[in-house]
Amino acid sequence: MTAGASPESVSRAPDNSAAKISRQEIREVVESVASTLHGDITPADLKVIHELESLVRYIHTAKREIAALCPDDIREKHIREATDELDAIVAHTEDATGAILDAAEKIEAIANSLEVDPAIKLAEEVTRIYEACNFQDITGQRIGKIVTALKNIEARIESLTAALGGAAAVPSSSGAPKTPKTAKSDGDLLCGPQLPANAKNQDEIDALLKSFD
Amino acid sequence: MSVDKAMNILIVDDYKTMLRIIRNLLKQLGFDNVDEASDGSDALQKLRDKQYGLVISDWNMEPMTGLQLLREVRKDVKLKATPFIMITAESKTDNVVAAKEAGVNNYIVKPFNAATLKTKIESVIGAF
Repeated sequence: MTAGASPESVSRAPDNSAAKISRQEIREVVESVASTLHGDITPADLKVIHELESLVRYIHTAKREIAALCPDDIREKHIREATDELDAIVAHTEDATGAILDAAEKIEAIANSLEVDPAIKLAEEVTRIYEACNFQDITGQRIGKIVTALKNIEARIESLTAALGGAAAVPSSSGAPKTPKTAKSDGDLLCGPQLPANAKNQDEIDALLKSFD
Repeated sequence: MSVDKAMNILIVDDYKTMLRIIRNLLKQLGFDNVDEASDGSDALQKLRDKQYGLVISDWNMEPMTGLQLLREVRKDVKLKATPFIMITAESKTDNVVAAKEAGVNNYIVKPFNAATLKTKIESVIGAF
């Protein structure tokens, strides 16, 4: 309502100052609008709208934070460097284990030319070396699990970046983790070495096998 | 049961180091006729080309896993009686159950020692 207007009537339109509407008409219009508002937007609706606004603000903040993290750097530099380093560890341990086995095999050959007692003692120690070289297989598999986890993170970052409108929308075939090769159950069974606390030892496995008899 | 130490043994693993370790340990046990395969499909081909008295196989290999190899062996009329030991880092109950259901004769968890290898081989082919 315009200041200075008559309490009984207001101007209906700027180009028709003579036309007046009554207080009753104004009341009816206001009540009509108010009833419409009351019908469509409940307190619960307002709460939802508030939550959605909060969510939008959260997404904007997350986008800024993700952009600040430089996801391309994580994917193209840090993860690549980490996987390269891990691959190098596997290669070096394999080389070193090969050298240890070379030496052990030579010792074993020399032991065979000795008298029985020292030969047996040497052979026993060579066996310990062979057993210890198991580590290369186990560490290789453990590192393989880490590489797979890193590639999984890489793939997730790509997806997130793409979802948020970033530049890295092209999926990397090399970065995607391996999918199970055959049936779901077979793929699920391949978990690699477990941490000692989670792993079944040979005695437990023997007991499990015996339970089938 | 008398064990023929001249029998052919096939060891299957995608890690050359592990093949070498198992071969050396078998040699210490008196088994010199040992062939190697790098995965299940390579092993299956070798099994069809030559007669083996024992298969010692890893599980986690590509393209054919040890479990798939075991299943192939068990459904092949000529190969199904071949003793089969799984030697693997897969040590969950589900793995052991799956291997047993597929017909494995024994199961060794990595890392293993020479005594365990000997015991398990003896349990499958007889004391030596």
